[in-house]
Amino acid sequence: MSQKITSYPGHEITPEDLKASKYLEIIQKVEPKYSWAAGVAISRFLNELKEGRLIGRKCDQCERILVPPRMYCERCYRPTDSWVYVKDTGTVNTYSISHVGTDARRLKSPLLVAVVEIDEASPGMGILHTLSEVEPSRVTIGMKVQAVWKPAEERQGAITDIRYFKPFEGV
Amino acid sequence: MRRRVAIIGAGMTLFRRRMLETGKELSFEAAKMALDAAGLTLKDIESVVEGSAPDAFDGVHMKGEYLIDGSGGIGKPYQRVYVGGGTGVFTPVAGWWNVASGLYDTCLCVAEEKMSPLHPHPQYAFWSIFDQILERPLGTTLLWIFSLEMRRYMHKYGIKEEEIAEVAVKNKGNAVDHPCAQLGAKITVDDVMRSEPICSPVKRLDVSPPSDGAAAVILASEKVAKKLTDQPVWLDGVGWTLDSTHWTNRDLAYPEYVEKAAKMAYKMAGIKNPRKEIDIAEPYDPFDYKELHHLEGLQLAGKGEAPKLAIEGVSQRDGDMPVCPSGGLLGVGNPIAAAGMMKVCECFWQLRGEAGKRQVKKDAHTAVAQAWGDLMQVGTVTVMRS
Amino acid sequence: MPFKIGIVGVGYAGFDTMTPGLSTRELMFEAASRAYADAGIDPRKDVQSFICCTEDFWEGISITDEYMPDQLGAVLRPLCTVSSDGLVGVATACMHIASGLADVAVVESHSKASDVVNPNEIMSFGFDPVYNRHLDVDPRFLAGLEMTRYLKDSGTKREYCADVAVKNKKNALSNTRGVYGTNLSRETVLASPNAAAPLTELESSKVIDGSIVMVLASAEKAKKLGDHTVWVRGIGWSSDTPVIEDRDLATAAYAEQAAARAYKMADVRAPVSAFDLAEVDDTYSYKELQHLEALKLAAKGKAGRMVDSGSFDRNGKLPVNASGGSLGVGHLLEATGLHRLLEAILQLRGQAGQLQIPGARKAVVQSWRGIPTATGAVAVLGN
Repeated sequence: MSQKITSYPGHEITPEDLKASKYLEIIQKVEPKYSWAAGVAISRFLNELKEGRLIGRKCDQCERILVPPRMYCERCYRPTDSWVYVKDTGTVNTYSISHVGTDARRLKSPLLVAVVEIDEASPGMGILHTLSEVEPSRVTIGMKVQAVWKPAEERQGAITDIRYFKPFEGV
Repeated sequence: MRRRVAIIGAGMTLFRRRMLETGKELSFEAAKMALDAAGLTLKDIESVVEGSAPDAFDGVHMKGEYLIDGSGGIGKPYQRVYVGGGTGVFTPVAGWWNVASGLYDTCLCVAEEKMSPLHPHPQYAFWSIFDQILERPLGTTLLWIFSLEMRRYMHKYGIKEEEIAEVAVKNKGNAVDHPCAQLGAKITVDDVMRSEPICSPVKRLDVSPPSDGAAAVILASEKVAKKLTDQPVWLDGVGWTLDSTHWTNRDLAYPEYVEKAAKMAYKMAGIKNPRKEIDIAEPYDPFDYKELHHLEGLQLAGKGEAPKLAIEGVSQRDGDMPVCPSGGLLGVGNPIAAAGMMKVCECFWQLRGEAGKRQVKKDAHTAVAQAWGDLMQVGTVTVMRS
Repeated sequence: MPFKIGIVGVGYAGFDTMTPGLSTRELMFEAASRAYADAGIDPRKDVQSFICCTEDFWEGISITDEYMPDQLGAVLRPLCTVSSDGLVGVATACMHIASGLADVAVVESHSKASDVVNPNEIMSFGFDPVYNRHLDVDPRFLAGLEMTRYLKDSGTKREYCADVAVKNKKNALSNTRGVYGTNLSRETVLASPNAAAPLTELESSKVIDGSIVMVLASAEKAKKLGDHTVWVRGIGWSSDTPVIEDRDLATAAYAEQAAARAYKMADVRAPVSAFDLAEVDDTYSYKELQHLEALKLAAKGKAGRMVDSGSFDRNGKLPVNASGGSLGVGHLLEATGLHRLLEAILQLRGQAGQLQIPGARKAVVQSWRGIPTATGAVAVLGN
C-alpha cells in the first residue's frame, strides 16, 4: 500500500461472524455434468489398461516413446507414428505423503502419491499414481516400483485399474 | 509501432480469508483506489482488462462477464484474460498490449479473486484442473503437485526443508508492515518445521492462505502518462510462456517456462544481466520453495542456489536484492489473480518510494514481478522501471 | 497510418452434432494442422503468440489453457486464454501484432458441446447468483424478453423473425459445413414449439462441435505468406452492463459500440453501401435483426422488412449469413465469432464454393457471446 493512502477498503467476515449467522448466505449447488470423448489416444490407453497393459505412442522424428500416449508429438508438431507397449514397472521420480483429500479435509490415513517414470518409455515419461505396500519412510526417489493391477474382472478401462504401485520385487 | 507504457496509479483491498464484499465490489474498490491515485475518473479510461482465476470459486459461468460492472468495463472494450495462477501478473501484460499497440491511451487493469464462496473449501476447485480421465479418479489435490515438485527440487540440488523455511519466515515477517496483509507474523524456522504436515514435505506454514481480495493498476501511453504524473513507472518488459500439458513428463526441478517468459521480458526491456540490473524482485510465492524455484527461473540465482539469498540476507528487505518486500502471498495472502497484481502494485509503490515501512533500503530503479500457474506450466513476467 | 493486419491461414475440423471419436485436443490438432498448412508456417518456429478463447464450464476443466499448448504447437511459447468469443481473440492477436510482440499470431476457439451433458444448466450458471438464478426456467427466457421488447420498440412484424430462420437454414443447404440446413416455410417455423415465447425452437440455433484456427500476420510478414491474405481493416469489441434488468433489451448496444470502433478504424462512413456481404450473429432469429440495425446495415426497425423483401438473400442487395449462420450451420459456443469470420474469409478468397458471392471484396463480421451476456465484437475485412 502506498504511504499516501491511509485507509484500505474491505470488510472481513470472521469465523465468529459466520457462526453467529451475522450475514446472509445464499446456498446453491452448481453441478455441471460431462461425458467426455476420450479420443483416439486415451481410448486405446484405457482399453489396454483393461487388459492389464500400458501402451505409449512413438514419434519417429524425435524417437521418443510418449506415455501417456498422444496422437501428435508436441515437440515436432506432427502425428505420432506407432503404438508401443511399455512395461508396468518404473522408477519413482518424486513422491509425497498426502494428509489431505480433494476438499482439503484431513485423510484418516495418509496417502502416498508419486510420479512414476515408466520403464521402456523415453526418459522422464512419468504418470501420476499412488504407492502402497511400503512404509512412507522407506520411499526414495529412484526407487523401482511395479503396478499392482485390479483382478481382470474388476477392471473397467480406467487409470484406477492399477490399484497402486509397490516396490519392485523382480530382477 | 510499439509505444512505451507507464503505470500511473495502483490500488488494492484488504486480503482476508472471507470478505463481506462480492467480487464485483472488491473489483470496484481496487479500481476506484487506482483511479484516485492516478487522478482520473472512469470517463478517462479507454479500455478495461480484468483478471480472475477459476470460475469454480464463485460458481459463476463466464465470470468475466459477471464482473464487468465492478471492474468499470460497461460500454468499453473489455477483456478477461486467464492463465490460471499466472493471471495476476498477466492482467497488466494484457493492459500493456492494449496501450502499446496504439489502440488505446489508457487502460484500467483489475484483478480480483473471491475464493470463499466455494464450500467446503476453495481447494476443491483445484480438483478440476487435473486431467479428467487420467488424474482426477486418483483423488487429486493441488497440494500433491506442489509437494511432488518441492521434493524433486530438494532432491536434485540437495536442499533442506529448513533452508526453504527461511522464505516463509522472511515473507511473513515482511507482511507485518503491509496494511492489507492477512498473515503477517514474526515466526521462526522452527515454527515452520514444527507446523502440521499437509502433503509432506509441504507443511502448514510453507503454504499461503486462500483469500478474498482485489488489486488494480492504471496504464497509460507515454504521452498521456507524462501529462498526468512526474513519477510514471514504466512497464518496459512483458513476457509469458506455457509449457506442455503433460506435467508428469517434465523436469520438475526447474521452471523452464519461467526462464523463457523472463527472457522475453528482459529482451524487451533491454536487460542483459538480470542479477545486476534488477533491484527488487516479487516472484510468485504461493509456497515458500516456489519463491526459490522462480528466482532461479528469473535468472536471479543459479540453479539450486536460490536458498542462499535469504540465508545470506541478500533477499531481505535491507539486502542487495530484496525479494517479496511486500510480504508475498505467504504473508499478504493469496487471492489468486489479485495476489499477482498485488506484486505489480508493490513494485510500483517501491519504485516511487511510497512503500512506507516496507520501503527497501537500497536505491531502487528496476523491479520484476512474476507469477506462476496451471499444472506447473505458466510463467508471467513484468519488468518495471522508475 | 491505416490499420492493416493479415489473416493468412484458416483451418477447421468437426462441424458435426457429435465428434465422439476425437478428444477436444485431437479435434484442435486437426484444425490447427490445416491452418498451418494453409498459411505455410511451422508453429514451432514461426509463431510468437497463441490465443485460445474458451470458458472453463464449457470444457469441464478449471484453467483450460493447461490443456491447449501441445496440440497447437505452442509448448514453451506465449499462449493465453482470452475468456471471450473468438473474435475478441482475433482483436487480441491484432494488438499483439500491432504492438510488435508478434509477427505471426494464432487464434483458436472450439466447441465440444457434445461433451456437455447439461448445457442449459451451465448457461444458467452465467446468471447473477443472487438476483437471477433462482428462476428455474430455460435460460433462453432472456431471449424471449429481448425479442418481445425488440418487436415492440422496433415495430417489427413477428413473422419477419421467422423469415430469418427460413433464409439461413435454406442458405445452409449449400454449405458443406451446414448441419441444420433445410427448406422450411415461415408457417412451420412459427408453429414449432416455443423455446421461450415468442421465440420458437426453429428460431433458436443448436450447438455443434468444431474447432477453428486462424493465423494472423503483420502486413510485412503477410506478403511472404501465401496469396490468400484477407485484411482486418478495423476491429472493435464492447460490453453492455451484466445487470440484465439495466439493459435496453430492444437494442444490441454492445454491437453498436463495437461497430462504431471498427468502422472508425477502417474509415467506414456509410456502412449500408460499404460491404459485399455480412456475417452477423444469429444465435436466435431476432438477434440477426437487432444486430443488422446495430451495425447500421438496416435503419432502426427496418431489418425485418428487408429480410422479408429478400434484400439480405444470397443474391440480394447485401447477402447476410449467406453461409447459413448459426441457425443453419450450427452454434459453436465461443467459436461462433470465428465461424462467422471463417465464412467471410472463404468468400473474400473466392473459395466459398456453391456459396460464393461473385466479386466479394469487403465484408463485415459480428459476434455475440450468447446468454446472459451483452458482449460482442465487430471486424471489417477487405482483400
